Amino acid sequence: MNVRDSGSLPVRIEQDVVLARQLARKLAGECGMRLVDLTKLVTAVSELARNTVVYGGGGDMDWQILDNYGRTGLRLLFRDEGPGIPDINLALTDGWTSGGGLGLGLTGARRLVDEFELDTAPGQGTRVTITRWA
Amino acid sequence: MAALQGSTLDAINSNQEQLLEQWIASLEANGATRNLKEQVLKQETREFLQLLSEGLQSGSGNSLAGAGWDAVRRFLEKLSSTRAQLGHDSHQTVYFIFALKGPLFALLQAHYRDDPATLAEQLWLISELLDSMGMHTIRTYQASRETVIRRQQEELLELSTPVVKLWDGVLALPLIGTLDSQRSQTVMESLLQRIVDTGSEIAIIDITGVPTVDTLVAQHLLKTVTAIRLMGADCIISGIRPQIAQTIVHLGLDLGTLTTKANLSDALKLALTRVGGDLGQRV
Ligand SMILES: Nc1ncnc2c1ncn2[C@@H]1O[C@H](COP(=O)(O)OP(=O)(O)OP(=O)(O)O)[C@@H](O)[C@H]1O
Ligand SMILES: [Mg+2]
Repeated sequence: MNVRDSGSLPVRIEQDVVLARQLARKLAGECGMRLVDLTKLVTAVSELARNTVVYGGGGDMDWQILDNYGRTGLRLLFRDEGPGIPDINLALTDGWTSGGGLGLGLTGARRLVDEFELDTAPGQGTRVTITRWA
Repeated sequence: MAALQGSTLDAINSNQEQLLEQWIASLEANGATRNLKEQVLKQETREFLQLLSEGLQSGSGNSLAGAGWDAVRRFLEKLSSTRAQLGHDSHQTVYFIFALKGPLFALLQAHYRDDPATLAEQLWLISELLDSMGMHTIRTYQASRETVIRRQQEELLELSTPVVKLWDGVLALPLIGTLDSQRSQTVMESLLQRIVDTGSEIAIIDITGVPTVDTLVAQHLLKTVTAIRLMGADCIISGIRPQIAQTIVHLGLDLGTLTTKANLSDALKLALTRVGGDLGQRV
């Protein structure tokens, strides 16, 4: 698997969520994603970037355009140095929220992409990696 | 420590007219006078030179933080904000200060012709002083610019949430662009207010122009609809495009309690059957 291009975007304040969505939209377009797949990916980005700002206290979005034997995909890593998630199973339950949300961001994002990985521990920050193939 | 000398101040004071003339010429040559009336520029430069002279006189040294430079700082702050409002960029604005360097240095060169050591020292000090004035100008310019931008954003916020009356008793709110928390709040408030003002029974929220519907947007929509119902009116969401519909399903959002239509005209038809209007007769 080859990394064709990569980069990083700070995700610190609410306006950065908009920038993250715009960048993801552009990159997904470059990968040749169909409108439905692109919309799903951008929506997942919106959820994860907002969690990074709201719960993670801000972080970064690293992106990679992947080339896997002719198949193009976009991989995004949202990482923060925030409090981390104490109970991963609970956080990955539809409708569970520690704030005033709908509790659908993480689980929804997982359903909207092809690959989803959550790496977090209390006091260790949070890293969510998602991949969507074109 | 070296200080700016009385002799330097004398040189400035006794050559004011020449300095002003060269300074204005330099400003003009560098496009820093755009949209400025000649009269205003003359007055500004003269006033600044006067304040500079008073500042030097006060012996506050060449650090702009000193109390003797209060008047200069205030002058520069006012200058920055008027320039920001005139649409001048930061370069044009700060050039007001930097354009004075050339004429001032030339003056000191002539004045200390026979004393290169003092010349070097005085040039250095006056240069430091002007640089710190430039920095102060840039900083306050930035702040003024941000204020201007914030005001424009707020105006845009108002503009981009037009609530239109489609029919007696039917309001429509076409949403365009991203719905962040602040904008959603404004949108919801103006819609609720219009419902009261017009005594409308049905509001149509059209989301054709909203690129992403995520949990936050959905939450705002649900809250708005709940509030509308509490007021005894009803709400239809229109403009849910196919890709958005599929995304909503995967996201797990339950919009089953909402009345939705594919487009605005279908929504209007439904609204009319409810308020008893007839599209065929009046259009
Ligand atoms: N980056 C993060 N750092 C710390 N905690 C997080 C992070 N992301 C998510 N969480 C925790 O996981 C919970 C579930 O997140 P999820 O995005 O699913 O729902 P939510 O943000 O509460 O609501 P919404 O449906 O509006 O997204 C959050 O309430 C929060 O407690
Ligand atoms: Mg969330």
